Amino acid sequence: MRRIISVLIENEAGALSRVIGLFSQRSYNIESLTVAPTEDKTLSRLTITTSGDDKVLEQITKQLNKLIEVVKLVDLTDGPHVERELMLVKIKASGSARDEVKRTADIFRGQIVDVGVDLYTVQLAGTSDKLDAFLVAVDQGSVVEVVRSGISGIARGDRILTV
Amino acid sequence: MAIEELSGAEMVIRTLSDEGIKYVFGYPGGAVLHIYDALFRQTEVEHILVRHEQAAAHAADGYARVSGKPGVCLATSGPGATNTITGIATAYMDSIPLVVITGQVPLNMIGEDAFQETDMIGVSRPIVKHSFLVRHARDIPSTIQKALYIATTGRPGPVVIDIPKDITAPNEKFPYERLKKVKLRSYNPLTKGHSGQIKKALQALLLAKKPIIYAGGGVIQGNASQELKDFAIELGVPVTNTLMGLGAFPGEHEQFVGMLGMHGTYEANLAMHNADYILAVGVRFDDRVTNNVKRFCPDALIVHIDIDPASISKTVQSHIPIVGSSAWVLREFKRMYTASDQQLDAGALKQWWAQINGWRARDCLAYNQPKTGVIKPQHVIQTLYKVTNGDAIVTSDVGQHQMFAALYYKYCRPRQWINSGGLGTMGFGLPAAMGAIYADPSASVACVTGEGSIQMNIQELSTCSQYSLPVKIINLNNEYLGMVKQWQDMNYGGRYASSTYQDSLPDFVKLVEAYGHVGIRVTRVEDLEDAMKECFALKDRLVFMDIKVDKDEHVYPMHIKDGAMRDMWLTKTERS
Repeated sequence: MRRIISVLIENEAGALSRVIGLFSQRSYNIESLTVAPTEDKTLSRLTITTSGDDKVLEQITKQLNKLIEVVKLVDLTDGPHVERELMLVKIKASGSARDEVKRTADIFRGQIVDVGVDLYTVQLAGTSDKLDAFLVAVDQGSVVEVVRSGISGIARGDRILTV
Repeated sequence: MAIEELSGAEMVIRTLSDEGIKYVFGYPGGAVLHIYDALFRQTEVEHILVRHEQAAAHAADGYARVSGKPGVCLATSGPGATNTITGIATAYMDSIPLVVITGQVPLNMIGEDAFQETDMIGVSRPIVKHSFLVRHARDIPSTIQKALYIATTGRPGPVVIDIPKDITAPNEKFPYERLKKVKLRSYNPLTKGHSGQIKKALQALLLAKKPIIYAGGGVIQGNASQELKDFAIELGVPVTNTLMGLGAFPGEHEQFVGMLGMHGTYEANLAMHNADYILAVGVRFDDRVTNNVKRFCPDALIVHIDIDPASISKTVQSHIPIVGSSAWVLREFKRMYTASDQQLDAGALKQWWAQINGWRARDCLAYNQPKTGVIKPQHVIQTLYKVTNGDAIVTSDVGQHQMFAALYYKYCRPRQWINSGGLGTMGFGLPAAMGAIYADPSASVACVTGEGSIQMNIQELSTCSQYSLPVKIINLNNEYLGMVKQWQDMNYGGRYASSTYQDSLPDFVKLVEAYGHVGIRVTRVEDLEDAMKECFALKDRLVFMDIKVDKDEHVYPMHIKDGAMRDMWLTKTERS
């Protein structure tokens, strides 16, 4: 089962390597990982997308909590939450395809953020499913390059992850 | 009053001294020369020069296991640091409070593949509780304080402090300021257990007909032996200890059913398998205990007390977990039991003991020692037990001799049995014995080893002669890597792939004499006891007893692979 874990961690050199090391050392999956400092510069926030059965997930959260630099964590998938991923896609766009790419981007509420002679760069934000759907919707052969941010997430309502 | 100014190197030593550290086991080299100079110019902290950095880590570890205080070792950058790795991993697996200080190349050279540069933080990352790279001399005192705090609290473990050479420079002085109290917002180990959980555990206990206490290293590390004894004796239930927990409950006590697990006693493993209530304290359901977890103790309700939440339900699902220090939880559990108006079902308990005593009658540790000639390794350990009045601190290496020492010496107190249980590190025994002597100079310290293991850190015989460390080395010499041979006998048709070196073993007596020690060779059982008495009578000398033992002996009982706790080989031909 797919899970999204949000982690507050001391913003210190080497802290991230302990998290990543833990996952590889104990053979846990990382599907995606995002990390950046929070409004409090002494803390970073990680969003880790992982998968496994309940037993594995319980171990993942316990082992993460055991890392000295991990301040707090929450499994977002335990409750209602918002998750978003950002994608930039470079797509061949010449001749009749130029309008088609634009139309598809509009349907997915994407924006064209760079325009070349034969290429558009489309920016898209949403759930991972929506980004997958866009890639299916555009002509497969026309996609030149894809970059995805991995998932960031936050709980809905008054569930707050803070120190 | 003006704040004293010290160099980074001086701060290292002063902080250790101010934190109560008396001994540092180490080996000098380029990146730590400033620190060694600071060591030289003071008398508070004594340095013990080992012959290999791995031994420094094991000696500090042995010191910690015996004293209950943190062990500290010091090594230079690069190879000095990487040589400590096996020692760090050993301490990590057994949850031993160890602080490892390593030198590093100067800050501005980190990442340039400088001479003797290794990314020690990276290399040690998976086997430390935590690690620090110090970037400024001013941070040295607080970093050492934090390292000691992290190493010794919660579930203990090793902490690495990597110190670049330039920040220890003797001519750059900074105010020496320690933290009044160490506090980390991201690290607050629990002590008290949840009283609701203890109440649940008590209610279930009152219904139990076949209860057993399964206690491990957490009881020893958590200084909870007294609490364990008090509670177990009040309940009158059987107690088994893990390899790491031996001594947590007195080995000669009638309620003690012996060690459990792969080489556990018949009665301990059968009692576990048939139990309906297991009170697991400071244990981690290691694979060397459980055998196949799917077949583990099918009828038991499992109550698991541990200070580390991650140990709970990691391999075996626990029904009533209690996170907290073993001492606190056991005290509270006993208080609640005493306060409740109910007691264990005495009739059921009586039947349970009758069943256990039936298993005991199987006498699974029996062996046949002829009156003359060949020496059985089990007999050596029993003779050691007799000659030392059961009072010696026993360190061991890893292999058959370790299991014999665990099964045939009855440990009466915690911190008396010192071995590498989790990592299984050959070469641990001798340096650990050195550390044990510093922790308890009045004790007799015996290192039970084999001719394989002892050669993995035999260079420490030189350290022992430099510091006059009177270790008594009991070498069970069967001219084979005995445990490897046992597995090859049982699983590989007796094909002894690289498990012997009969023609190239050193003459151990001559070897130890070359280091200035006493060597005694024993080849016949009729000479054994007198020779061992002579060995222990030489109180101030290191004595190496090279004892030729039966080459074909196996360790029994032994779990049958993939079976349940109750499935064991009891001899080469009999199964449970």
